[in-house]
Amino acid sequence: MKYFSRRLLHAILLLLGVSLFSFALLQLAPGDFFAPLKLNPQISSRTVEGLRAQFGLDQPWPVRYGHWLRGILHGDLGPSFAYNSPVAPLLAVRARNTLLLTGTAMLLAWLIAMPLGIVSAVRRGKWSDRAGGVVTSALLTIPDLVLFLGILLLAVRSGWFPTGGMASTGIGELSGWGKAKDIAYHLFLPALGLAIATLPALVRHIRSAMIEVLQAPFIRAARAHGISEYRVLLRYALPAAANPLISLFGFSVATMLSASLLVEVILSWPGIGPLLLEAILAKDVYVVLGTVMLSSVFLVLGNLVADLLLFAADPRIRMES
Amino acid sequence: MTHRQKLGVALVLLAAFQLLIVFAGFFAPYGFATQDRKRPFAAPTTLHFRDAQGHFHLRPFILDSESSELYPVRFFVNGAPYNIAGIIPAHTHLFGVEQPGRIFLMGSDAYGRDQFSRFLFGGQISLLAGLIAAMLSVSIGILMGGIAGYYGGWVDELLMRGGELFLALPWLYLLFAVRAALPLHISQWEVFLLLVSVMGLIGWARPARLIRGVVLSAKQRSFVMAARGFGASDAYLLRRHVLPQTYGVLLTQMTLLIPQFVLAEVTLTFLGLGVGEPLPSWGTQLASLQQYYVLSSYWWMFLPALLLIPLFLVFYTAADALQELYKTVTL
Repeated sequence: MKYFSRRLLHAILLLLGVSLFSFALLQLAPGDFFAPLKLNPQISSRTVEGLRAQFGLDQPWPVRYGHWLRGILHGDLGPSFAYNSPVAPLLAVRARNTLLLTGTAMLLAWLIAMPLGIVSAVRRGKWSDRAGGVVTSALLTIPDLVLFLGILLLAVRSGWFPTGGMASTGIGELSGWGKAKDIAYHLFLPALGLAIATLPALVRHIRSAMIEVLQAPFIRAARAHGISEYRVLLRYALPAAANPLISLFGFSVATMLSASLLVEVILSWPGIGPLLLEAILAKDVYVVLGTVMLSSVFLVLGNLVADLLLFAADPRIRMES
Repeated sequence: MTHRQKLGVALVLLAAFQLLIVFAGFFAPYGFATQDRKRPFAAPTTLHFRDAQGHFHLRPFILDSESSELYPVRFFVNGAPYNIAGIIPAHTHLFGVEQPGRIFLMGSDAYGRDQFSRFLFGGQISLLAGLIAAMLSVSIGILMGGIAGYYGGWVDELLMRGGELFLALPWLYLLFAVRAALPLHISQWEVFLLLVSVMGLIGWARPARLIRGVVLSAKQRSFVMAARGFGASDAYLLRRHVLPQTYGVLLTQMTLLIPQFVLAEVTLTFLGLGVGEPLPSWGTQLASLQQYYVLSSYWWMFLPALLLIPLFLVFYTAADALQELYKTVTL
C-alpha cells in the first residue's frame, strides 16, 4: 500500500510538472487566438480586447495557470476559443473515438503477436523463425508515415474501404446493428495500420522473453516429466516470461492516446490527433493543453497499471517493497 | 556476415548516399524550384536504348511527350546554377537533356518540378535536421548523463527526475506544443533552426539515461579507482577514463537518433508545422499525398516515401551492428 501511494504521489508530481512546462511554453508564443482578428478592419480593437478579457487572456500567465489548475479540480479544462465551448466535453468525444481505434488496434496487435512470438521462440533458428525475423525487421524499418500513406493509397485505389471519417453520412438512419457495422467498416483500415505499426516490436519482445525462459532448467525438467509441449509452453513458460510482457502491455496502455496521432490525421479519423493539430494551428491553447495533459495522464496510468500488474504477478517484487 | 562487415557495408552505403545529398546540385538535373507549368504531374521519363527502327544505342535517349521529339541524355551538361556545399557557385550537372526536352526520373509534381532533384535537395534539409538534432541531444545527453552518473546523490536524482519528465511526455505531442509556442509565420530558415533545436532539446533524456548507466559502472572500474587513488582530478578522470567508455553507446545512439529525427522533421513538415514551400524537404514532398487525387492518379508521387525505407534500413543496420560490436568489445 505504501508502495502504491508513493507511486501515486510521484505520478501526480510528474503531471504537475508536465502541465507547468507546457503552460509556460504555450505562453512564450507571440500572439494568441484573437490576434488575427485585430487585422480585420471591421472589428474594433476594443471588441478584441473585450474578447480577450472575457477569456482571461489579459491576465499574466501564472494567474491563468492558477485558474486553470483550480478549474481542473472541478473537471473544467478551460474554454476552447475556436469551438466556443468548454474543452472537457469536446475532448471526451474525441478521446472516445481515439480509444475505440487504439483499443481495437491494440487487441488486434496482441492477438496476432502472442502466437507469432511464441511460435518463433519455439522454432528458434528454423526457417519459419528466420522468415518471421526478416518480416518483422522489414516492418520496423518502414516509417509509420509511409505505412499509413500506403494504406491510404490502397483504400483510394481499390475502393474497398472508406478513405476517411468514422461513419457514413446516413448513419443516423441506421439501426443499432447497422451503425456498429458501419463504424467497424470505417474502423478497419486505421486499426489495421496501427496494429501493423506496433506489431513487429511486440513480436520481437515476446519472442526474446520466451526464448530466455525456454532455456531455463525447469522447462527441461517439465519436459522430462513427460508433460505435453502445449502445457509446458502455456502453463510453465508463458507465466515465467510474463514480466517483460506486462511492462510492454503497460506501455501499450500508456500510448493509447498518443500513438494514433498520425494515422488519425492521414486517414481522417475524428480522434484527438486532428483536434490537436487544428488547435495548434489556431493557437487554441486550452485545447492543446487539455490534449497534452490527457495523454500524459494515460502515460502515467499505463505505467501505474504495469507496476500494479507486476506487483500482483511477481512475488519477488512484492517482497522487495 | 560478421557484424564488422555488416557495419562496413552500411557505412559505405550511407557515405555514398550522403555524397549524393551533399552534391545534390551536381547530381540533380534541375534546381529544386525550377518549374515547368506545361508539365504538371508528368510520369517518370523512360530511358530508351532502342529507337523506332529497332537500332540499339549505347547512349540512352528520351522521348519528349510535349514535342514528341527525341533527346539524347548528355552528361556533364551546363544547366541551372547552384552552389557546391552551399558556397562554391557552379552550373555543371551530371546529366541532363537539351531544352526544351525534360528528364524527370521520378516524375514531376503539381508545378512541373522534377521530383528527383527535389528529393536530393530535400535530403539536404531533412538529413541536416536529423544530424544537428541528434548531435544536440547526444551532447546534452553526455553532459547530463555524465554529471548524473559521476556525481550521483541529489544531482543524479534531480537530473534523472527531470529526464523522466521528458520521457513521460508523448514526444510528438510535446514537439507540437513547442511548435505551437513558436510564431507560425517566420522565415523558413528560422523555422528550420527552431525545429532542429526543439527536437534536439527534447530528445536528450534517453541518451542521458544510457550514458549515466555506463558512467556509473565505469567509475567503479579498478583502473579508474586506481587513477583516483593517484590523485587524478575529476575533470581528468572524466576526460581520460570515464567518457571514452561511453563512446560505444554514443555512436549507437547517434545512428539510432538520426533517422528518428529525420522522421520527426518529415512528419512535422508533412503536417504543415515544419519547413514549408518553396524549400524542399522530404516532408513537403510527402505532403502533396494528402490530396486524394494525387494519391490515386499519380503513383510516382509516392516514390520519395518509398525511397525512405532503404535509407532507414541502412541506418538501423548500422546501429544494430554497432550495438553488437560494442557489446562484444566491452564484455
